[in-house]
Amino acid sequence: MKKTLGNIYIVIIMLFLYLPILTLIALSFNEAKSMSVWTGFSLRWYEELFGSKLMMSAIANTFSIAILAALIATVVGTMAVLGMAAMKPRHENMLMAFNNIPMLNADIVTGIALMLFFLMIHWPRGYMSILFAHTTFCIPYVILSVKPRLNMNTDRLFEAALDLGASEKYAFRKIVIPELKPGIMTGFLLSFTMSVDDFIITYFTRGAGINTISTLIYSQVKVGIRPSMFALSTIIFLVALVVLIIVNVRQKREDMLLAAGA
Amino acid sequence: MASKKRFAVPFIIWIIAGTVIPLASIAYYGFSSRSGGFTFANIMAMFQHDHMQALGLSLLLAVISTVICLILAFPMAMILRESKWGKQGFLIFVIILPMWMNFLLRTMAWQVLLERQGVINAVITAMGLPRQELMNTPGAIVLGMVYDFLPFMILPIYNTVSKIDNHLIEAAYDLGASKAMTYAKVIIPLSVPGIVSGITMVFIPALTTFVISNMLGGGKINLIGNIIEQEFTVNSNWYLGSGLSLVMMVFIIASMLLLQKFDKTGGQNLI
Amino acid sequence: MSELIRLDHIVKSFDDTMVLNGIDLSVAENEFVTLLGPSGCGKTTTLRIIGGFEKPDEGRVWFDGKDITDLPANQRHLNTVFQNYALFPHMTVGENIAFGLRVKNKTEQYIKDKIKYALKLVNLDGFQNRRIDQMSGGQQQRIAMARAIVNEPRVLLLDEPLGALDLKLRQEMQYELVRLKKELGITFLYITHDQEEALTMSDKVVVMNEGYIQQQGTPEEIYDEPVNAFVADFIGDSNILDGVMTAERVVKIDGTEYPCIDGTEQGFPPKRRVDVVIRPEDIDIVPYGQGQWNGTIISKLFIGVHYEMLVQSEDGSVEWLLQNYDQHDVGEKIGMKVDPENIQIMHKPKSEAESAIELDI
Repeated sequence: MKKTLGNIYIVIIMLFLYLPILTLIALSFNEAKSMSVWTGFSLRWYEELFGSKLMMSAIANTFSIAILAALIATVVGTMAVLGMAAMKPRHENMLMAFNNIPMLNADIVTGIALMLFFLMIHWPRGYMSILFAHTTFCIPYVILSVKPRLNMNTDRLFEAALDLGASEKYAFRKIVIPELKPGIMTGFLLSFTMSVDDFIITYFTRGAGINTISTLIYSQVKVGIRPSMFALSTIIFLVALVVLIIVNVRQKREDMLLAAGA
Repeated sequence: MASKKRFAVPFIIWIIAGTVIPLASIAYYGFSSRSGGFTFANIMAMFQHDHMQALGLSLLLAVISTVICLILAFPMAMILRESKWGKQGFLIFVIILPMWMNFLLRTMAWQVLLERQGVINAVITAMGLPRQELMNTPGAIVLGMVYDFLPFMILPIYNTVSKIDNHLIEAAYDLGASKAMTYAKVIIPLSVPGIVSGITMVFIPALTTFVISNMLGGGKINLIGNIIEQEFTVNSNWYLGSGLSLVMMVFIIASMLLLQKFDKTGGQNLI
Repeated sequence: MSELIRLDHIVKSFDDTMVLNGIDLSVAENEFVTLLGPSGCGKTTTLRIIGGFEKPDEGRVWFDGKDITDLPANQRHLNTVFQNYALFPHMTVGENIAFGLRVKNKTEQYIKDKIKYALKLVNLDGFQNRRIDQMSGGQQQRIAMARAIVNEPRVLLLDEPLGALDLKLRQEMQYELVRLKKELGITFLYITHDQEEALTMSDKVVVMNEGYIQQQGTPEEIYDEPVNAFVADFIGDSNILDGVMTAERVVKIDGTEYPCIDGTEQGFPPKRRVDVVIRPEDIDIVPYGQGQWNGTIISKLFIGVHYEMLVQSEDGSVEWLLQNYDQHDVGEKIGMKVDPENIQIMHKPKSEAESAIELDI
């Protein structure tokens, strides 16, 4: 009885989460422009989507900004974690408080704050200003992913390497960096995702004439929804599905290896 | 020690340029008039009728959405905790997946469903009922908020309840507690950190959104986020926009401080 | 035996806390020395100073006649087996063992032979390609040993290496360590808080507390002649009783005057208040009234080989701890007898902290 109730509840929540998405996917193959009448199967909205120069350049911008922002944030963030470890706890805590601001703050505030900053220093808003803004909000995620990996244990392994005759540089390269690597990878992927997904901060820090996928969707939806947006939804959903399945399968395989080894 | 203080220099510079100066400039513009003098006018502008109305509506809708998310999410988290599908990660996977879709597209999906010529109205009229005005209502905005933010409430709560040791719950029953007592005295107190970060992750974006209200409110319903956005993008009045943002930040900080009182772990569950 | 390591009056504090209050220690070539003490006594800091991971505030560290106080850890001819082993988790067993050799640019053939030799030595033949997380605690302990000894150090520093293992494994590993030390013919400097470990394996035991060396000597000396109540209490169970010297070489304990072997020469003149240590296994049970003291058994526990009993003295002022192979019942009135050489007279500390300072002077 309890089980059945639970399962019904899960089904209701799942329907709530997925019906809108499934509707978009279905409508993306609809011949007509209508949102309510099915007139036949067609791929014309996909053709329109891929034929759009605007969309193609937005996709290019989105991914190049995401990769660059994630890379810069990963380097700056990882170095920051190493630097803070050498500081007094009081100073470290103060920096961490600042680090948490962009994460806890509302995106709209971060967005307008950066916009005002660019206006004040007369930095023309465009690709570079978006990149700077994205790096700013990505660094905290890198720090929060890498920091837990650098602990007492890392110190001990570093000492063990010195004990075995390694120079500090060698121990750093061979021991500390590999120890931090899972955190660094997580930080990079998290940054990349946050950057691809961001709309609000990009909206305030971009200039006229440059779009990411998000800002292009927003401006097009404001004018009037075209079914090519449904096609885009379908593609993004499928990409997310495939990526998540790959990640999950790899995770499962690792867990199984660990279980087999134990 | 494997590290040197100077490694943190780029980070400190980035904090100053990317966080400290930008936030300071909001404060600067918020307290300045167009002519450059000091003024409280931009702050006091919040007391204008339509601004107060927008702020009040924002708070109301944000509270309602947060409460709905909490009510929907807690049972879900408990079911996930006990279900074998939850343990194998399948259900978590299913909940995370929509988060990966651009939230503008997710919001657009509800527009497609709710519009006058939309899917729901098509179903309603097919059943011979009159068309309903579903869009451009506060209800539509709440629906959009709940839809967009629900996973952000489920995941942190699931994270904490999944770590509650089963022995604690068994111990409560063993000591004679009823099911309700066990929830009230053991399970809920132990899930407070998750509930607190869930509320933070839903309430603040809901309070400050301008996108959901723009898309599902048809530009007819103004939240405080819309007012601020328009000052920056349409009216180009950074002074007023900054002043209103400062007031909004007071509400954000107040809500965080309030939430932190309940949670001693200090936001460790945010990611 | 020639001296290999010498510590000259090492002082070390962290922030405002004094951790080492002037440690003087000498370790001879091929000796098995154990630093023994409760957590926080300064034993680990002493080891870290020898290993080169901490710099002393005062004092010098000598190694084979050379001052190595300022020499960095990676240039010292000694290796450490760390607490919890500090094995590199992203490397295989073989790569862990090879680490020190790769740093020294040894040839791959040499490294291969060394890994094989070391794994054989620690009874893990053929495990070189395993991952660290596939190894049990006991195996990890052996790998940590192997990783250290392939570098042919003259001294092996071992920081509570058996602390994470269960009792049975710990006892097995004690034999292993003694065997290894014999085969390698090098010096072991060992740290533990487990008195049994210290007594079984060591040539010399150094008892530490609150940053001072309390006593050093062979295990027998430490056990039989503890110099103060701390050492007596820390090493094995004992009765520490109030006593007073009533005449030359006469001590009064629990109302009974008793001849002993310590007197003015040893610093215990008449009328001095003293602590008296009597080991529970040194007290013989005799029929009531025939011993030096009488009492009533108030509790009894069977612990494996023998019984452990608590006996209350006639006037109720003292509780004696006894260990005996014979069974006696609770409530039984008995007599107790102790041989004079089993009575250890010690100075009375004013307080535990002050006792340490007194000893230092």
